[in-house]
Amino acid sequence: MDFEFSEEQVAIRDTIRELVRDRVAPRAAEIDEKAEYPKDIEKLFAENGILGIPFPEEYGGISGSSVTICMGIEEIAKACASSSLILAVQALGAYPILVAGSEEQKKRLCPPLASGEQVSAYALSETGSGSDAAAMKTRATRHGDEYVLNGTKQFITGGSVAGTLVVFAQTGSESDHHGISAFVLEREKSPWQASKLEHKLGIRGSPTAQLVFEDVKVPVANRLGDEGAGFKIALAVLDRSRPGIGAQALGIAEGAFDYALQYVKERHQFGQPISSFQGIQWMLADIGTQIEAARHLVYRAATKVDTKAPDLTKIAAMAKLFASDMAMKVTTDCVQLLGGYGYISDYPVERMMRDAKITQIYEGTNQIQRVVIARALLR
Amino acid sequence: MDLEIAADHATFRAVVRELAQGTALPLAAEVDREHRFPEEAIRAASEAGLMGVLIPGEFGGAGLDALAFAICIEELAQACASTSVIVDVHNSVGSEPILLFGTEQQKRKWLPQLASGELLGAFALTESASGSDAASLKTSARRIGGGYVLNGTKVFITNIGRAGLYVVFARSGPQEKAAGVSAFLVPSDAPGVRVGQLFKKMGLHGSPTGELVLEDVEVPAENRLAAEGEGFTVAMRALDSGRIGISGQALGIAQAAVDESRALLAQRGREQGEDFLLAEMATRLESARLLAYHAAWLCSLGRPFTREASMAKLHCTDTAMQLALDAVQLAGDEGTITGSPFERHVRDAKALQIYEGSNQVQRIVIARHMLS
Repeated sequence: MDFEFSEEQVAIRDTIRELVRDRVAPRAAEIDEKAEYPKDIEKLFAENGILGIPFPEEYGGISGSSVTICMGIEEIAKACASSSLILAVQALGAYPILVAGSEEQKKRLCPPLASGEQVSAYALSETGSGSDAAAMKTRATRHGDEYVLNGTKQFITGGSVAGTLVVFAQTGSESDHHGISAFVLEREKSPWQASKLEHKLGIRGSPTAQLVFEDVKVPVANRLGDEGAGFKIALAVLDRSRPGIGAQALGIAEGAFDYALQYVKERHQFGQPISSFQGIQWMLADIGTQIEAARHLVYRAATKVDTKAPDLTKIAAMAKLFASDMAMKVTTDCVQLLGGYGYISDYPVERMMRDAKITQIYEGTNQIQRVVIARALLR
Repeated sequence: MDLEIAADHATFRAVVRELAQGTALPLAAEVDREHRFPEEAIRAASEAGLMGVLIPGEFGGAGLDALAFAICIEELAQACASTSVIVDVHNSVGSEPILLFGTEQQKRKWLPQLASGELLGAFALTESASGSDAASLKTSARRIGGGYVLNGTKVFITNIGRAGLYVVFARSGPQEKAAGVSAFLVPSDAPGVRVGQLFKKMGLHGSPTGELVLEDVEVPAENRLAAEGEGFTVAMRALDSGRIGISGQALGIAQAAVDESRALLAQRGREQGEDFLLAEMATRLESARLLAYHAAWLCSLGRPFTREASMAKLHCTDTAMQLALDAVQLAGDEGTITGSPFERHVRDAKALQIYEGSNQVQRIVIARHMLS
């Protein structure tokens, strides 16, 4: 066993840590308050190679390792969950191409993303098809060398700002999971519309869009895998992206805890720092222990992505479930540790608590994770 | 980063697993019911070299690392928690102090007998008025001539009556608290050593627990472990790695609870709520396992691991308790019947939250590390 990052990973982490400290953390409160997509942070990440982390060098990237992706997401999420989604969704959009794309597709579609020139997004959910992804209605009809897409996708993270979009649509005669296919849309050639941006509890700097496709043309060359292979691709992608959401949850929890730990050392009541009270100390110990437990599970799942382990599905679901439930609990406790100050927006922990909630919901609700885990256990 | 068990550890796990499932598991229910020492399992463990897991080959042991030790105890506990605690206490707090703090002469004298299982080890720190506050212990070690005379009563001593050698902590000087404590190696056949009350317990029925009474026990100076006044350091270091063993024990009980629940659900019609509970149990177990292995890994590399061992002990044992209770809930009435493994796991798991530093003490240790 080896619980440590490689030297190369540590170097990447230190670079990210410094950028986050100097450039992301000071913007986090404002990004949340204004609920604006931080284009400046996207640019910062692009310039520093961070958006290339999900891609192997041969496709213009700098890593392609899930461990490295998770490490990056965790570091960014410590300061700003919204900004961490820029990397997380870049990976989410990369995986379908890397998992199911042909060599030609990878060489053509990855470089603009790996360079950070573009960000990607992933469009699976619809209003009537959330956990039940197979019930999607968006349809792609083939006409010669291209497909014509019609339908509406819901809750698409970064869908309004992406240059490349992976879309799932029905191509078969029956509308079930056997008929789903995956497509890569390049915005310039296949423009789509963002019809609505959601107002949200948390991750307010990450645009969550409703996307409308009206006779959007996609070349057949941009279909990933065979017709009907889309559902399998979607599931394979989720196995790979769930550790990243675990890493995001981990980072949010750590950010809140780092702040709360400093606070309890400085805050005096009854003539002494509140960290001297045993009730507070026990909370700190429990929080720290839960964070460590989640960390190991997240990186275990990430190493399983990298080694293509057969039990990836189960462990990835466990990592997402445990880390996101942990983050919700820990951020709530951190608000408690700050008392009244924890509840007001002058302090970051209430934002972190709001940001944590979505990690229990997206990329498969935690109820779906339990279904996935139980299925793996009882198979 | 590689978070999988390496091949040599996996092979070792398979060996222990075969022994545990073949010898300890068939005895588990009987040992619990009859409150009897799992003689056959301990003999098998001795023959397989499991009584000297951490002891180097030159002293007759297997010379394995802390991770192997955690795996060993985990596998034994999955089969029989009583067997696992006997082997655990013997290997860690019963033998490791000699390995870590003993003179060459002490190692040569005691380690081979401990490694072979000929001598069972035990650890005598706790007293009736000094549990979590170990430094306030009262047992005295008066210096007389070239040695010491020990007087006092130790309580909650695992392996009591079976042990051939006790690592005893006593007050050797006038200094208060920790500074006055020294560690001694006290053979069970030394005059004045006797077993006091044997405790009847809620669980771990196969593991004897009781009082060690020391009445004018003469201990030669050569049996003092580490320098005078260093006893508390010996105890704390022993407990640090002891916590890795207890974490392993907790993982074993928790794994048994999950496996038995899964087998039960697989053979009957079930509802989604039950599936969800099983998923949560298995997830929590996975989160605990790596925490224990991380502490063991750090220990193996000789790095600081006190905080990690406390976190592992806290999370693993709380997990074992919760999962044992969840498993009874899934099993329903059947799980509550005396003799069913489900109810036994609950009774066995409870001790783990208490011994080798209660989970409340673990929280203090962890918080101290965070705030220093």
